[in-house]
Amino acid sequence: MSNFEYAPAPESRAVVSIDPAYGLFINGKFLPGKSHFPTINPATGEKLSKITQSTTADVNKAVAAARGAYVKTWSKMPPAERAKYLYRIARILQERAREFAVLETLDNGKPIRESRDVDVPLVAAHFFYHAGWADKLQYAGFGEAPKAHGVVGAIIPWNFPLLMLAWKVAPALATGNTVVLKPAETTSLTALLFAQVCQQAELPAGVVNIVTGDGKVGAALVNHPGVDKIAFTGSTDVGKIIARSVAHSGKSVTLELGGKGANIVFEDAAIDEAVEGIVNGIFFNQGHVCCAGSRLLLQEGIHDEVLEKLKRRMSQLRLGDPMDKNTDIGAINSAEQLAKITSLAQVGVSEGGESWSPDCALPVNGFWFKPTIFTGVTQAHRIAREEIFGPVLSVLTFRTPQEAMEKANNTPFGLSAGIWSEKGSRVLWASKHLQAGVIWANTFNKFDPTSPFGGYKESGWGREGGRHGLGAYLKGGDHE
Amino acid sequence: MNYSAIIDGSEASLKNFLRTLPGVDQVGAESRAAMLATRSIKNATKSYAIDLAISMVDLTTLEGADTPGKVRALCSKAMRPDPTDPTVPHVGAICVYNDMVSVARQHLDLIGGHDIPVAAVTTAFPSGRASMPVKIQDTQDAITAGATEIDMVIDRGAFLSGQYGQVFEEIKIIKEVCGEKAHLKVILETGELVTYDNVRKASYLAMLAGADFIKTSTGKVSPAATPPVVLVMLEAVRDFYSMTNVKIGVKAAGGIRTTKDAIKQLVLVNETAGPDWLNPGLFRIGASALLNDLLMQRMKMRDGRYASPNYVTID
Repeated sequence: MSNFEYAPAPESRAVVSIDPAYGLFINGKFLPGKSHFPTINPATGEKLSKITQSTTADVNKAVAAARGAYVKTWSKMPPAERAKYLYRIARILQERAREFAVLETLDNGKPIRESRDVDVPLVAAHFFYHAGWADKLQYAGFGEAPKAHGVVGAIIPWNFPLLMLAWKVAPALATGNTVVLKPAETTSLTALLFAQVCQQAELPAGVVNIVTGDGKVGAALVNHPGVDKIAFTGSTDVGKIIARSVAHSGKSVTLELGGKGANIVFEDAAIDEAVEGIVNGIFFNQGHVCCAGSRLLLQEGIHDEVLEKLKRRMSQLRLGDPMDKNTDIGAINSAEQLAKITSLAQVGVSEGGESWSPDCALPVNGFWFKPTIFTGVTQAHRIAREEIFGPVLSVLTFRTPQEAMEKANNTPFGLSAGIWSEKGSRVLWASKHLQAGVIWANTFNKFDPTSPFGGYKESGWGREGGRHGLGAYLKGGDHE
Repeated sequence: MNYSAIIDGSEASLKNFLRTLPGVDQVGAESRAAMLATRSIKNATKSYAIDLAISMVDLTTLEGADTPGKVRALCSKAMRPDPTDPTVPHVGAICVYNDMVSVARQHLDLIGGHDIPVAAVTTAFPSGRASMPVKIQDTQDAITAGATEIDMVIDRGAFLSGQYGQVFEEIKIIKEVCGEKAHLKVILETGELVTYDNVRKASYLAMLAGADFIKTSTGKVSPAATPPVVLVMLEAVRDFYSMTNVKIGVKAAGGIRTTKDAIKQLVLVNETAGPDWLNPGLFRIGASALLNDLLMQRMKMRDGRYASPNYVTID
């Protein structure tokens, strides 16, 4: 009866210019690469550009550049001068926010609403925050004259390409380290644009170096004897390989790995806002979020009511062109990830879970997966245990608060958890019992540079962000 | 309407029911409303939304300085918002104090606006501080003069002191006075209820007592129809419909001055109560200055440029 169907409101891509091919950023200069692989827009399959597959020699060159910059300039520079560069980068990122948001959406497939309103503002906030710490490190609780590690090898994932870059580069630079960064294979473009920002800010050559390519490049960086510290965000499987590789090497390491976050809704919760939080917890960024609330634990008394509201709310999610300002759910980042999500969803069905998705058309080209919930899931189902890293929610139930805690903690992971209750004492009690690095009460997936982020158990080592996060980039600070 | 399955009519059962309503998380409700405000409404949708919003306006004058001349001018504007363009729909209703109802009704009938209802604010609007016989008489007068919509205020003092039964009874009595002759809109005055929990409770209380519409505000208190308040009220009518199969309307009044504000309200309706509520029978916007901004934007959509403000009429 209504003609209130939102007309397409696409963001213009005229603001970005994408080169036909990209090289590497080493010692302040872009160097042409020898062999390339294509990078595509996952929402359309369109080839955006070609990215260099770095060689071991390239990695050696980048590490040498980072070492040189550390020894000659960056470690000798007064901290307040380092801060100036970080402030300058933060301001340029804000000025070029639209360009970064559009490029991130084109390369990653996430909705422009999220890259514009979440990713890029948080990126700038990270640089501003850490700029402030650069000349105050002696007051951060790591001794009177905390020392940088030297050269940091940073390896980041494809789900928040620029934000994860900021999480590594901003604290590394603020604490006086230099960086060799390897972006994810499928999402290198915003990192390479960030390299331009480094040039624009006149950051001394070699302080930030970027080598692109697949896991072999990451391995070369991890195993390079000239790297003092590894900062990795990605899968638990790769995290375990890295942990084995650096054992006995003397390298310091922080790992941000997978998760299977429990989002726990008690019967005294604010139901409408809890439903929003459930949706935000699992469908934000297509569920490509390590701290996603992928396990919904519902108290039995409100199971039916919450599910009815959740389904109605999911029916309103707008899936499609990520460049449309009204899109809520964008594309899956790669064919490989889509295959993984599809196969785990099939396991869910074969193990007897009941799958439900709203009735929405999927675009023909690109990689897409409907927002999906599985009901009737128990702790014994694989979809309640393994990280799917996609828009798939497993719904479990509990009878008592104690049971909720046991189920929430019954996982090899421990990255995030959510508590929904209007009762303050219950929130405090539950937050004490949950084994998770980040616990949100009556909200979910909220990030801030001042707040440390990280995991328990197989979700990782160390913290990023806040005062705690600085320790990861200072000698002796990791064990704080 | 009889809701005996929910409450038995006693104050105790009303209190018990209101206590079972889930709370509203302030941060969550405000962030949901803020997210919906980022929807980008363009082109054909924008044109549709502007006409829809015009048809939902309760064109209002509630001033001590109101005169028959002023009210007649408003009626002409209601009937033909843009005198140069007959494709502009007429507004949803005219809203005046009860002594101006007959002037409005007669003038509307005279100019062919038979199907534009006249709404009267009653029950000692805006404060509601009068005895019950006065409130009944106020309403009765308006209906006798030709009002087919009654915008009553609740007794906020009674609500805030927990006397839900008294608020309920007053609404019920005014509903009986309205009978079949007039549609009842119940003004919650959310700016005085302050919390979203109170807004939710008052919404249910009004619906159970017989409101046809729940309305945010008198327009005399700020804040008024803020997006999160309207969100909470839309959730209430949506859930009340699931519970009873009865559709109650919502009227957002106060502080909605621009086309942008109005479109944000329509997005809230569309994505909260749903498209079924997107018509003047179930959603109204109480406003005066808004209409001219809608007309300016409509001309801009039609001509591709902004016209001078002198191309829209003052009332």
